[in-house]
Amino acid sequence: MEIAEDIASETFLKASENWAIGGVPENPTAWLYTVAKNKIKDYFKNLSVFETKIKSKPPENSQSEHDFEFNNQLISDSQLAMIFAVCSPANSTGSQICLALQILCGFSVEEIANAFLTKPETIKKRLQRAKTSLRNDNFQLQSLNETQIKSRLDTVLKTLYLLFNEGYFSKTNNQQIRKELCSEAVRLTLLLTENPLTNTPPTHALLALMCFQSSRLEARMNPKGEVILFNDQDRSLWDKSLIERGNYYLVNATDGSANWRTKYHLEAGIAYWHTTPTDANKWQHILQLYNQLILIEYSPITALNRTFAFAKVYGNKKAIAEAEKLNLTGNHYYHELLGYLYSDTNPLKAIEHYQRAIGLTKSETEKQTLTTEIERLTQKKNHEHPSPG
Amino acid sequence: MKEFALIFRLNDMKDFQPSPEQMQERMNWLGSIAAQNKLADKGNTLLPIPGSAKTVKPDHVVTDGPYTEIKEFISGYIVVRTETIDEAVEIAKANPIFKIGGSIEVREVLKRD
Repeated sequence: MEIAEDIASETFLKASENWAIGGVPENPTAWLYTVAKNKIKDYFKNLSVFETKIKSKPPENSQSEHDFEFNNQLISDSQLAMIFAVCSPANSTGSQICLALQILCGFSVEEIANAFLTKPETIKKRLQRAKTSLRNDNFQLQSLNETQIKSRLDTVLKTLYLLFNEGYFSKTNNQQIRKELCSEAVRLTLLLTENPLTNTPPTHALLALMCFQSSRLEARMNPKGEVILFNDQDRSLWDKSLIERGNYYLVNATDGSANWRTKYHLEAGIAYWHTTPTDANKWQHILQLYNQLILIEYSPITALNRTFAFAKVYGNKKAIAEAEKLNLTGNHYYHELLGYLYSDTNPLKAIEHYQRAIGLTKSETEKQTLTTEIERLTQKKNHEHPSPG
Repeated sequence: MKEFALIFRLNDMKDFQPSPEQMQERMNWLGSIAAQNKLADKGNTLLPIPGSAKTVKPDHVVTDGPYTEIKEFISGYIVVRTETIDEAVEIAKANPIFKIGGSIEVREVLKRD
């Protein structure tokens, strides 16, 4: 059995190396089997050398008995089954997700670090530890029982959420890659709704969120691959059928028995309000959802988005005070937000913040957008207070 | 970092049921603390209504609610995480409870290990 584990983990390792470079192959299961089979052959080849030389006895006919048989009773999709397999409680939730993202979604260490808002070294160590503990925990490719599937669902949802986000917010400008990541995440989440074991309100909420976000995929990027901010998007490019499907799943995400308030419910609610163009209380609703979201889980991005919604409801002046309390001076979005909030009343201060944001961001597109904005503000300032002479 | 419990007191039972606007104000206040990553515990609301509140006294004398004998009653609490008590007091000052004559007691939490 130990041999099988080693082969399985080596196969995963190989998969992660190859998929990270070449992308996930068309049929990941077949690919994994082929690699695993070759590894087994290698193993027995070495073994046979060992046996013939040391024991002078030919190895028994072993090949056919050791072929991998993947039992797909409860989860039929191979990719999904693998994600469930890797999300083993032998590791912490964070490590499980790292592993699933690296091995099965083809993420690089850098991309995982971005998704977790942490340093690549931390992720590297985490992956190392996770692989070791899987090995120690007798990791096997086998079908899971009902209880295991149910208890692993949360982690799987989180993995799919991050997979989608990487596609949606990715730093890469390759739109094709982005769309593929998003649609793969949607496909896998959709599969979860088709299985009675995983067809839960949080799954529906996550799917609703993905539909709402996907509806804007076409509108949020120009042909050059630059991100178009929400306010400047051409709303006619929003995909109405996806919005309708989002609505459908959001309704399904609530059931009579419990008051579901997961992160996915709240984020789907926020995304829903973003798709409605006119409602007097739209931003008040969004702000209240952000208030609840930040109570569940603090993140700098949620804190900044909440403050943006606050500005929409109570005006930029009050929001500046609220924003400055956040004290996220090392975060480029923080300076972008303050730049935006100051732009009407204090262009000088706005420019200062935008410049700090340019210094902090790694994205060229963002630097471009901010530089344009600084030029606009500089002209405006000069127009209002023409310099003497 | 230290932790401070903010204990809310109200004078009037009718203030206990907030209007939707008051609820929004409270949530904005709570959300603002969480957005600064200073919320250690979102705490709980303590129901003062008959059937939900009793006080047990020496000789096992049980009375209904805390509100029969004292004017003020505790309506809830949260725990914030700040460097100093002054910072916790500043946070408390922004709470809309003062508009309806309530008060907030700020108390440092000494953790039992």
